[in-house]
Amino acid sequence: MRISESWLKEWVKSDSSTEELAAKLTMAGLEVDGVEPVAGEFNGVVVGEILHCEQHPDADKLRVCTVAAGEEEPLSIVCGAPNARVGIKIPCAKVGAVLPGDFKIKKAKLRGVPSFGMLCAEQELGLAESSDGLMELPSDAPVGVDIREYLSLNDSIIDVDLTPNRSDCLSIAGVAREIGVVQRAEYSPLHIDEVAATINDTFDIAITAKKHCPRYVGRVIKGVNVAAETPLWMVEKLRRSDIRSIDPIVDVTNYVLIELGQPMHAFDLEKLSNGINVRLANEGEKLVILSGQELELSAETLVIADQDKALALAGVMGGAESGVAEGTKDILLESAFFDPIAIAGKARNYGLHTDSSHRFERGVDFELQRKAIERATALLLEIAGGEPGPVVEVASDEHLPKLEPIVLRRAQIKRVLGFEMADSDVEDILGRLGMDLVSTESGWHIVPPPYRFDIRIEVDLIEELGRVWGYNNLPTQLPAMNFEVVSQPEETIGEDAIKQLLVSRGYQEAITYTFVDQELLSIIEPNRKPVELANPISADMSHMRTSIWAGLLKAAQHNINRQQHRVRIFETGLVFEDDNGIQQAPHLGGLIYGDVAGESWSGKSRPVDFFDVKGDLESVLALAVDSERFEFHAGEHPALHPGQSAQIVSNGAVVGYVGALHPVIQKKLDIPGALYVFDIKMEAISARTIPSFKELSRFPEVRRDLAVIIEEKIPAESILKIVRKESGEWLTNSVIFDVYQGDNLEEGHKSVAFGLTLQHPSRTLKDEEVNEVVDRVVASLKEQLNVTLRE
Amino acid sequence: MEDLEKLVEQAQSAIAAAADNQALDEVRVQYLGKKGEITGLLKNLGKLSKEERPEAGAKINRAKEALQSSINEQKEKLAAAELEAQLASQRVDVTLPGRNAEVGGLHPVTRTMKRIEAFFANVGFKVVQGPEIEDDYHNFEALNIPSHHPARAMHDTFYFNANTLLRTHTSPVQIRTMESSDAPYRVICPGRVYRCDSDLTHTPMFHQVEGLLVDENVTFADLKGVLELFLREFFEKELSVRFRPSYFPFTEPSAEVDIECVICGGEGCRVCSHTGWLEVLGCGMVHPRVFEHVNVDTEKFTGFAFGMGVERLAMLRYGVNDLRLFFENDLKFLSQFR
Repeated sequence: MRISESWLKEWVKSDSSTEELAAKLTMAGLEVDGVEPVAGEFNGVVVGEILHCEQHPDADKLRVCTVAAGEEEPLSIVCGAPNARVGIKIPCAKVGAVLPGDFKIKKAKLRGVPSFGMLCAEQELGLAESSDGLMELPSDAPVGVDIREYLSLNDSIIDVDLTPNRSDCLSIAGVAREIGVVQRAEYSPLHIDEVAATINDTFDIAITAKKHCPRYVGRVIKGVNVAAETPLWMVEKLRRSDIRSIDPIVDVTNYVLIELGQPMHAFDLEKLSNGINVRLANEGEKLVILSGQELELSAETLVIADQDKALALAGVMGGAESGVAEGTKDILLESAFFDPIAIAGKARNYGLHTDSSHRFERGVDFELQRKAIERATALLLEIAGGEPGPVVEVASDEHLPKLEPIVLRRAQIKRVLGFEMADSDVEDILGRLGMDLVSTESGWHIVPPPYRFDIRIEVDLIEELGRVWGYNNLPTQLPAMNFEVVSQPEETIGEDAIKQLLVSRGYQEAITYTFVDQELLSIIEPNRKPVELANPISADMSHMRTSIWAGLLKAAQHNINRQQHRVRIFETGLVFEDDNGIQQAPHLGGLIYGDVAGESWSGKSRPVDFFDVKGDLESVLALAVDSERFEFHAGEHPALHPGQSAQIVSNGAVVGYVGALHPVIQKKLDIPGALYVFDIKMEAISARTIPSFKELSRFPEVRRDLAVIIEEKIPAESILKIVRKESGEWLTNSVIFDVYQGDNLEEGHKSVAFGLTLQHPSRTLKDEEVNEVVDRVVASLKEQLNVTLRE
Repeated sequence: MEDLEKLVEQAQSAIAAAADNQALDEVRVQYLGKKGEITGLLKNLGKLSKEERPEAGAKINRAKEALQSSINEQKEKLAAAELEAQLASQRVDVTLPGRNAEVGGLHPVTRTMKRIEAFFANVGFKVVQGPEIEDDYHNFEALNIPSHHPARAMHDTFYFNANTLLRTHTSPVQIRTMESSDAPYRVICPGRVYRCDSDLTHTPMFHQVEGLLVDENVTFADLKGVLELFLREFFEKELSVRFRPSYFPFTEPSAEVDIECVICGGEGCRVCSHTGWLEVLGCGMVHPRVFEHVNVDTEKFTGFAFGMGVERLAMLRYGVNDLRLFFENDLKFLSQFR
C-alpha cells in the first residue's frame, strides 16, 4: 500500500524524518518497500495562466504564449504542447528555475522568437511517468504561487508491503494508529459527526445471506452534481494513493476507502428497482461488472441485488448498469461488512482483484460502516451538494464477529518470548493497541478491537508484545544442547559420497527443472505415463519428468550449442510417474559426451564409448562393496541404442539402465556426436555391506591364463560366472584381459582370454590341484557354453 | 727405475684420458695386465742385485696400487658422469600439465545446501526428506493455511488437481516428521520447492532448507540465538543480524531475518536496495494450530521453525547476480564452483 507521508501526519503527530518513520514501520512488521518523493526535485515553477496564444511565425508546431506568472509583466514563452491554449492554468518554470535532472531554465530563442521560461507537463516535474501535454491546473489556481506549495509536493510516498494479517493497516487511519503505538506518538482519529437527514427518502434493504453479510448500511442522497469538480487536495491525495480521479461520487468513496479502510459503493438510484437484497447468486446468473466484463456467477458468490437482478459482486466490484454515470442525480451509498470467508478467494475465482476485495477478504473493521457513510456523506455534500436521507442499517448481531475475551497468562509470555515482561509494560502495550484489559490472578482477560482480525488466541497477543517491544530488544540465547545423537548407520551410502565420487571422475553436478517438455518425454520414456501440471508456467514445462535424462539431455544440448566439446554431467532427484497413483522415486542419472579426456599435449584422446560410461557407473556400484549383487544384462530401452544398452539388475529387479543414446534421438536433439547415459534408482545404491575381515594368506598365488573361442552372441559375463562357480574357494581373482574377433576366427565367433588367480589360505597350492581346478572350469565351459579351448 | 716413473706418468695420463669403461680397461691391461708394461718391470727384477730387489719390487707394487686406485677413481667418475648424462636425458618439462587432472564439481546450490546442513547437523539436527508432489493437507491445511486464506495467493501454487500440488515449501516435511514420530524434534528439511512464477528474480523451481526445533522450554530467544549463530557461521563474518516482525500462518510470533548487506557492508548498494540490509530468512514460533494438527501437546512443548532460500544464500555468498543461471547448467557457470 502506498501512503502519503503528509496525509499520514495529519493523523498522527510524529517528528520523525521520512527515513526514521520508514525504519520504524519496517521494524514494527509493516515492511517499507520503498520511499519516493511525490515529485521530482525542482524549483522556480509557479502557477501560470496563458493570456494569449499565437502561432509561431516559423514553426508549425510551436506557439508563442503570453503567460501571467505573478511577475509585473506577463512572460513570453514559446511552447510546443498541443493543449497550450488561452485561459488554462499551467505550471510555469521561470528563467532560473531548475527542473528534475538539474535542467536549468534560461532565456532562449526558439526559431528566432525569444522565450522566457517553460510551460511544463506532469512528466517534466517528475509527477508522472509520461504525459501528453501541459499539466492543466484547476481554474481557481492562484497565479504566481509556487507549484510545490500549491500542490503540496513536499511529500513522500511510503510504500508499505503489508502482510495479509494486518488488514487494519490498509488505510491512512490504520497506519497512523500503528505509528501512534510504536512511536508513542499522539494519534488523532478523525471526529466524524452524523450528517442530519434533510429528506426522508430511504431505500429498502434486506439481507438474505446474513452469515455472509452481517451488516449493510445504506443512504439515499438526492440531487448530487456529478459534474462538480473534485477539489485539488482530494485529487492529489488520491493520486498519491495511485487512484485516478473520476467523478466526485467515485472519488469520495475511494477517498473514504483509503482514509478509513472502508470500501464503499454508490448506486445510481434511478437504475434500481425496489429494495436491495444481499444474497447468494443463482448458479449461472449473469452480471456485467464495472470493468465491462460479463461474469457467469456460481451459487456461492455473494451479490448485492435488487428485486430483479444482481447489481454488484459483493465486496469486489460494482455492476456496469447500476453504477454512477454522467447523468446520475440520486444515489444510494453503500457501506457494508462482509464476512472475510465469504469474500476470500471469490475475486480470484473470477480473475479479479480489487482494493475492495483485498480489504474484505482480510477483514474490515466491522464497526466502521456507519462512520464511513457519515464521512462520505459529509464530503460528498461539500463537493457535489445533494440532500441526504436518513441512514438505514440492517445488521445481524448474531452473525457479526464476536470479540471473546482472550486469556493471556503471564507465565506464557516468558514461555514464548524467553523473558519476563513487567505487568505495566504488558498493559501499556496492549492498551495502546486498543485492547480492553481485565487483570486476573495469572494474567489478563483481553478483548481485541474490532479491526484486529489477527488477534484471536493467546499467542497472538504475545506476538504483539514482542513486536511492539522490538524483536531486537528481546533476549538471545543458545538452546540447551540436546545429547540425542543423530545415528549414522554405516550401511547407508550417503548421497554425498556418490556425488563426490562422480565429481572426482570429472562429472559436474547439474540441477534441471523437474517439469519438462512432454514431447521429449514421449520420445525417451514412451512407456511411462507422466504426471501433468494443470497450470504449467509454459507449454514446454508441463509434465513432471519420468526420467532424469530429460533435463540432462537439455543441459547437454545447451552446452554443446555453446561450444562445449566435452560434457560430463549428473543429477540426483525425484522422477515421477503416474502408475496406480503418483509415484515419486529418487534417481541418479548421468551423461557423457565428447572425448574421454580433455585436450592434452601428451597425445590424442578418443571419443567416449559405452565402456567409459559403464565404468563410471560401476565405480558408483563399487561403493556398495558387494557390487557383485549388480548384473548387467543386454537390454533394450526406447531411449537407447539397441546394441549398446544394458539393464542393471539387482536382486532380480531392473534398477537402472546404461547405454548410448539412440542415434535417432541424438539426431532429433541436433547433437553432433554420440552421448552415453546412465540412470539408476538411488534406492538400489543406498546400502552397502559393512566390511568383514578375511585372514590374509601368506602363501603364493598361482595365475593361469586361458583363451576360449565362443559364439559371439554369448556375453562374456557368462564365462566369468562359470569360472567363479567352478573354481571354488581358492579363487581370489578372475579377469578378462582380451576379447578378439577377426580373420582367423570362424565367423560369428570371438576369442575371450581370461585369467584365474588361485591361492590357498594356509599352504602352497600344488600344480595338480591347480590343474584340477582349471580342468573343471574348462569342462564346464565346454559343456555349458560350447567353447573351444585356444592353444 | 727411471722407466717406472715414466711409465707411471704415462699410465696416469692414459687413465685420466679414458673416456669410458672400455678405454679404461685397455689402459689397465696395457700397464697392469699380465703382459702389461708395469707387470713386465716385475719380471725384470731378476736382473737386479739381491740387495736392490726388495726395494725395487716394493716400488713397482706401490706404483701398481696407485694406478689401480686411479683406475677405480676414474671408473667411479665415469659412472657418475654416465648417470648424470642419463638423468639429464630423462629431464621433463615440469611445467606441462599432468594427465587426467580434470575433476567436476557440485552444483552451487548443493554446495550451499551442504554448508547449511553441516551447521545444523553439528548442533544436533537430523536431515529429513519428503515428497515433492504433495497433497493440499500437508502443504497448506496442516500449516494453518485453509483454502480461503489470503496467504495462498502468495504461494502461486502449481496444481495437478484440486488436492494435489507441487509443494510450495519444504514445511510439509516438518508436518510429516511430526505425524510419524514423537516430540522432541530437531530436523532440517532441504529440497526443491515450486512456485508458479518466473521472472528476473523468480524461477518456478528453487530450493529451501527449513528447520524445526521442538522441545520443552524452547523460546523465541533460542530461535534468535540459533539463527544468528548460523548466519555468522555461514558467512564466516561477525555481521549484524536483525529480526523483523512478519507474518506466516504457521508461526506466531513470526519474523523475517535481515543481515547486514554482505556486498556493501551495510553502506547501501543496489543489491540491498540501498537499505544496508538483506532479507535472508523467515522464522517464528510454531503456531499452536500446527501443533494441534499433529497432536503435539502445546502445554508441554514449544518450538521454532525457520526457512531459507538456498539460491538466495548462494547468490550472496558467491556474488552470483542472476538467479536463472542456477538452472541453465552452463558448464562455464557450474565449473566456477569447484
